[in-house]
Amino acid sequence: MNAPQDPKSWNIETSLPRLTAFTMGDELADMAAGRDDIVVLTADLMYSNGTKAFRDRHPQRFYNLGIAEQNMISVAAGMAASGLTPYVSTFASFASLLGAEQIRTDLAYPSMRVRILAHHAGIAMGFYGTSHHAVEDLAIMRAMAHMTVVSPCDGAAVRGILRATADVPGPVYIRLGRGVEPVVYDTVPAFEPGRFVTLRQGKDATLIATGLGVRASLEAARKLEDEGMSVEVLDAVYVKPIDADGVVASARRTGAIMTVEEHNPHGGLGGAVAEVLAESGVPARFRRHALPDDYALVAPPTHLYRHYGLTADGIAGRLRSMLQAGT
Amino acid sequence: MNGVLPRNRDIGIGQLQDRAEWIRLETIRLVEIAGSGHYSSVFSCAEILSVLYYKAMRLNPAVPDWPDRDRLVLGKGHVAIGIYPCLADLGFFPSTWLDTYTRLGSPLGDHPDMKKVPGIDFSSGSIGHNLSVGVGMALAARARRSDARVWALLGDQELNEGQIWEAAMAAAHFGLDNLTAIVDANGWGLDGRVGEVMSIEPVAGKFAAFGWDTVDIDGHDVAAVVEACTRPAEPGRPRMILAHTLKGKGVSFMEQTPFWHLGYLGPLDRDAAISEIKQRMHA
Repeated sequence: MNAPQDPKSWNIETSLPRLTAFTMGDELADMAAGRDDIVVLTADLMYSNGTKAFRDRHPQRFYNLGIAEQNMISVAAGMAASGLTPYVSTFASFASLLGAEQIRTDLAYPSMRVRILAHHAGIAMGFYGTSHHAVEDLAIMRAMAHMTVVSPCDGAAVRGILRATADVPGPVYIRLGRGVEPVVYDTVPAFEPGRFVTLRQGKDATLIATGLGVRASLEAARKLEDEGMSVEVLDAVYVKPIDADGVVASARRTGAIMTVEEHNPHGGLGGAVAEVLAESGVPARFRRHALPDDYALVAPPTHLYRHYGLTADGIAGRLRSMLQAGT
Repeated sequence: MNGVLPRNRDIGIGQLQDRAEWIRLETIRLVEIAGSGHYSSVFSCAEILSVLYYKAMRLNPAVPDWPDRDRLVLGKGHVAIGIYPCLADLGFFPSTWLDTYTRLGSPLGDHPDMKKVPGIDFSSGSIGHNLSVGVGMALAARARRSDARVWALLGDQELNEGQIWEAAMAAAHFGLDNLTAIVDANGWGLDGRVGEVMSIEPVAGKFAAFGWDTVDIDGHDVAAVVEACTRPAEPGRPRMILAHTLKGKGVSFMEQTPFWHLGYLGPLDRDAAISEIKQRMHA
């Protein structure tokens, strides 16, 4: 049998160019050209996460640790203790759950300069099921001292956040989608540490979104504008530290905040914003728009996003009902 | 470089034996401050610690983070109490720190904190992590073209941890001949003999099957420990030194039971233990 003939055929290797939001392989390869401390590790997933692009350009600085994620994280800790800056990559479910103790004890506690590229977060793995979903990771990582938690929403944002966090002294959890996220940023954004990005200003309500929810929130805001509502959209690219000033300022402007995230309702972006808002004393209506506190159904990811309302229509509907309820 | 203590320092076997006994005495002293602590699992590796710190490892007490130093990571982090006195004695930090052991705000806790204690190469406490950390350090040394060596001191019951075998696989896969693991095989877990709690035999056979060079020694025979720790590496292979030891070695009543892993000696027993240890010292 020769090579497949049907253009509809695809496999792990031929699908790589479709992963336009997985810019980290190229970006890290660019960064590594200018500094000799960057190394990239993966756990038998260089095709799935596109770190192959780094391997191709810097084979000597690429380490495949096999399907042994806990070892990979602790190995990275040892490398960081010896002056390297390792980027470890695996599915977010395995990084944040299987590797949680290694991340807490070996990376966060001693403040190791290790970056965790946690891809296919949320329910991006769709019908692969709960073992491959990561809907608890923001809560887990946010609870670790010394940890920075970021969640870029598209390919340019991935590049931007890698640049912005390049010199963070401690560990960084970089939450990534499935690599096909639609464009939000036309050029690579220069993120300010710990600050939201205001993508759209508004007077009636604020959507604070992260990851996949950002683009959908922008589209929702446009829909609602047609109905006469002025909706602010903030990209919470940093989940920790959370932009407390940004939350409070926006609450004062609009008096209504809804968070949008592909995560369990507990402890993620919604929790972080709620903590700030409750302690601020600023009166504002507040809703979390997240996945239900349950294990997701099986379906292709886009079907799941529709089902759980993580789409422009879903977000717009939820915000509309929140504002109409008047509570 | 000034102040570097080279490998294979010139020191006699008798002096290294005395250092091991001194580590036992210091452990007893520090447990007294804390009110509880690990005795017998330090006593089983006292000769190993003596040889590593006073003979085998290349150290730089004035520059604790010197990139080319040899490193020791601890699987059994609870032996830190036996390491702190060595680090203070070698000049990594003032010996007065020892008097604060485990007291509020002290840099010195039961498990070591690399950010607080000069000379501690990595924090420890969660059994099974640090052989992996050692693999990372050995890979980094290679990447940085440093001839630094990495040592990992492991417990025998620790070998139950799955991550140990992930690390063992990786060390052999990457051909890390700059990495040596020492298994302090004192034969006991907390709940009984290793073989009763969860068998690990054949230890040497398992490491050999993973591709390691293995050496079997009596971990209390200082000359044998010196030989194993100064022997040139087998090119392309990590080494595992299986050190057969006795939990509680050096204090007769502790050698009879595993339960002195953690405890406290009242004054009568403390004095008896000290007296027994001192009788064996040369100087």
